[in-house]
Amino acid sequence: MTVTAAAELSDLRSFLHGLPGVDKVGVEARAAALATRSIKTSSKAKAIDLAIRMVDLTTLEGADTPGKVRALCAKARRPDPADPTCPPAAAICVYPAMVKVAAEALAGSGVHLASVATAFPSGQAPLEVKLADTREAVADGADEIDMVISRGAFLAGEYTRVFDEIAAVKEACGGAHLKVILETGELATYDNIRRASWLAMLAGADFIKTSTGKVTVNATLPITLVMLEAVRDFRARHGRIIGVKPAGGIKTTKDAIKYLVLINETVGDDWLSPDRFRFGASSLLNDLLMQRTKLTTGHYAGPDYFTLD
Amino acid sequence: MPKSSSVKAPAEPGRLSVRKTYKLYIGGAFPRSESGRTYLVDGDNVALASRKDARDAVLAARAAQPKWAGATAYNRGQVLYRIAEMMEARRAEFTALGVRSSELSAAVDRWVWYAGWSDKIAQVAGGANPVAGPFFNISAPEPTGVVAVVAPPSLLGLVSVIAPAIVTGNTVVVLAAGPQVAITLAEVLATSDVPGGVVNLLTGRYAETAPWLASHDDVNAIDLTGVDHPDVAIELERAAAGTLKRVIRPVTGGVDFTADPGLRPMTALLETKTVWHPKGY
Repeated sequence: MTVTAAAELSDLRSFLHGLPGVDKVGVEARAAALATRSIKTSSKAKAIDLAIRMVDLTTLEGADTPGKVRALCAKARRPDPADPTCPPAAAICVYPAMVKVAAEALAGSGVHLASVATAFPSGQAPLEVKLADTREAVADGADEIDMVISRGAFLAGEYTRVFDEIAAVKEACGGAHLKVILETGELATYDNIRRASWLAMLAGADFIKTSTGKVTVNATLPITLVMLEAVRDFRARHGRIIGVKPAGGIKTTKDAIKYLVLINETVGDDWLSPDRFRFGASSLLNDLLMQRTKLTTGHYAGPDYFTLD
Repeated sequence: MPKSSSVKAPAEPGRLSVRKTYKLYIGGAFPRSESGRTYLVDGDNVALASRKDARDAVLAARAAQPKWAGATAYNRGQVLYRIAEMMEARRAEFTALGVRSSELSAAVDRWVWYAGWSDKIAQVAGGANPVAGPFFNISAPEPTGVVAVVAPPSLLGLVSVIAPAIVTGNTVVVLAAGPQVAITLAEVLATSDVPGGVVNLLTGRYAETAPWLASHDDVNAIDLTGVDHPDVAIELERAAAGTLKRVIRPVTGGVDFTADPGLRPMTALLETKTVWHPKGY
């Protein structure tokens, strides 16, 4: 850890509250303005393939079965069985109980295996339970862990507790990448999102992720913009590159391309890679595939020709 | 279609006239064309639909289809009758656009005629089949799904292609020929309890939009009644074959819409589902 980081930690609260406030109107206007960019033809084809490679294909339902997880893994390896040129998805994202099944199904494919952990989605469990949850998932074969922060503690101002929790989970991850879910929909303000982003990055996150997908407000462009600014500034200060993962509510190719434009205009093309940016989504992949089919065949595609999940 | 001068209200001194732009009808709303294009028809600005408008209309039609097909036949019949009521109330508007009174009456009556068929077509097109085994065997007609329609120019023709498609639970994307009359009909539909997306009307050149609908993977049938060029019809049919769409071919010499339509316009857009149900002993 660098000297500045140590100094920041010595007084976490004053550092986080010393971050410049977010101009709400400005950030929303900026995101809306970038969303109007038109990406067509060959650029669109490249954007679609990149977006497919960035998808964390997710199933987080109480009704998940081994069969459904295997089907999803098959889809991640070969999203469009009719077209061998279609790239694979970045990762599969499942509950810890499904990690073993997914690890078998993904063996040797190069598709990453992410598991949500730490009492997802609420995060309201004792630390020991969260750590055991994480270790179990890693032992079963997950190479990426999506943890949730304790929003209750964060909102109550117990920053050190949140920091220590993230650091402890990071340690429990071992070699696995750690994505920290801020659950921006519950943080209420952009200022809080900026603070939580910095808190997670200082504590050792490899990725910061917007949402669980289980609350009403999920990923939005302005929220992602605030987080991208945070990773940009963090890199400038500490030299470490942190990834960003918006999750929940991104359903169409149009939405996905807006995010790609946002990345390019905010943090530059260093982040235009599945190692730095991911989409947490399930239905998005089908829309990407339909748009891809439209571009390759020259006629509009229909959902009947793609798998349901 | 000749347009009488009475369509515009007489000028009142000191009052600006309220000019009307005829827009598209997609998903229950009246948007302009995504392309921003318009063209002039008899002095009126009319939206010129693009392939992306057609795509949006298919999305709207697909979204509306399960609920419309799931409504009871009785309810669909009521909605169709309501269209007749609303159209009757707007006679003056259609007349001002040059529709003859006799044709208008026939068009209203056609809605009523099809409204009556909504809860009867299943008995005629389906039924119980005798089989050699301990089964009840039942065939029931189900809607084909999303139907693209290249409509003929007359009002009666337009009603005669829309009504048989939607009465059984299909939803339609209609490429209309007579734009003002078609959009006036859309205004009738918008105020008739027809759920948004069940009927979508696009104005413009069908030669530009129809090929996109014919090749569209999410369109289940295409009605080419209004295609007036045989080569274009063949091209469209060929494109439709890629997804095994049902195709209604144009009739050489045109269709006499004043004649009794019979059941064919309805049954052409129905699929038969047959169920084998074991009998208990």
